[in-house]
Amino acid sequence: MKKEIALILLLSTCLSIGIKAQNLYATNNGETNFFSETPVENISAVNKLSQAIINITNNDIVVQMNMKQFDFPNKLMQEHFNENYIESDKYPKAIFKGKINEKIDFSQNGSYEVSATGDFTIHGVTKPRTFKGKLTVGGGKLNLVTEFDVALTDHNIEVPKVVFMKIAQVIKVKNNYTLTPYVAKK
Amino acid sequence: MRKIAQYLWICLLVSPLAAIAQDDLTKMLDENETKSVDYTTATFKGTRIINGHSVETVKKNHLDFLIHHRFDRLNSGAYNLFGLDYSTIRLGFEYGITDNLMVGIGRSSIQKTYDFLAKGKLLRQSSGARNMPFTVTAFASAVVETIDKELTFQDKISYTTQLLIARKFNERLSLQLMPTLLYRNRVATVAQDRMLMALGVGGRMKVTKRLSLNAEYYWAFRDQNLQNQLGEKYGNSLAIGFDIETGGHVFQLHFTNSAGMVEKQFIGDTAGSWGNGDIRYGFNISRTFSFDKRAKGINKVSDK
Repeated sequence: MKKEIALILLLSTCLSIGIKAQNLYATNNGETNFFSETPVENISAVNKLSQAIINITNNDIVVQMNMKQFDFPNKLMQEHFNENYIESDKYPKAIFKGKINEKIDFSQNGSYEVSATGDFTIHGVTKPRTFKGKLTVGGGKLNLVTEFDVALTDHNIEVPKVVFMKIAQVIKVKNNYTLTPYVAKK
Repeated sequence: MRKIAQYLWICLLVSPLAAIAQDDLTKMLDENETKSVDYTTATFKGTRIINGHSVETVKKNHLDFLIHHRFDRLNSGAYNLFGLDYSTIRLGFEYGITDNLMVGIGRSSIQKTYDFLAKGKLLRQSSGARNMPFTVTAFASAVVETIDKELTFQDKISYTTQLLIARKFNERLSLQLMPTLLYRNRVATVAQDRMLMALGVGGRMKVTKRLSLNAEYYWAFRDQNLQNQLGEKYGNSLAIGFDIETGGHVFQLHFTNSAGMVEKQFIGDTAGSWGNGDIRYGFNISRTFSFDKRAKGINKVSDK
């Protein structure tokens, strides 16, 4: 009996060691930019604390960011973004949970055209999406660059008629993440 | 001992195969998250709760153009269309030097008054990496009432200093306390002191995303006995109204017993009483213009 308990303990410690193994790549300071372009006004914002993690054994990928960490050049717009459109007190994060579709040899340096399919949640509304991007393996790092569109109506983000002309209905999003072997922060 | 070593080997072989669920990945990200200081925004929609100032300042390089109107008393009757026949106005320009410091200038038709003001945030309510329960803003103004040409310039001036302490309790409810000190170089009547202390309370309750119910009360500490003896009727200022926000505009519609729109006048000179029906309809319109050059351009994307 004692032996079995010892075995379970040992197994569980092994498992936790396994989780911390070098099959995970992550970043806590990825850069996400978004752009709203209309003839009347161009608006942009950047979040430099976006997070991403990739499990190279099963191609799982999770990307998330705090909406409040988007920095706007115009602070009044930042206030309206958080207060009126994204409602970041209610819906603090944007999250993508998915899987990379292509088989990638992570031991081989090089650039790969990749796509990932999964659930994309923003403003509390989840949509199945496939995003395309470029993954570069090299120097023990993964660099992921993606670009995609988000339609406001897909996520129930309402724009009142008075400012309709100033805010694009489809927002361009650009991401640039450099992932390094995952280390838990203490 | 050898057996244990064997188990260890098995574990090490097996462990990479142990599935890490996506939820685990999310948890790992949550644990590694860089916490930033989340400053509370939009405690109030505008720089005014109704008559008096809120903790909010005009943002950096933004110009706020304000048009404030107060009509005559409702109890002036149908002949005066319940006060709408007469109105007083304050026009103001207020500018954000930084995101936390603003200056302004205004002109009221009552007493042909010019006012000069400065307002700065000392503390900002925040959560996340730093917890601060309140926003504290200091306010100062000098007011020159130019209607009486006989007076010396000195006698036309009064000063106000305020500490505005506010907390946004949740998305809907914000409350504010306003200890106030008013100093008038010259007072018009005998029972009034040059120095007047007052305590204001105000708040807003959001009804919808863009509409809120606001209220504000200034309790002025006067010598009530002396006022009664001399038959003076200066009272406290009460205002109740709605804020409507649309993009760069804030509209405020309200009822108040004060005619003045600067601290010296609505705290110091309010003679009307709600009980007698000395209630005035009024509105504030604020339009914000951005002079931020960066706001017109777009953030440069770094090509890493």
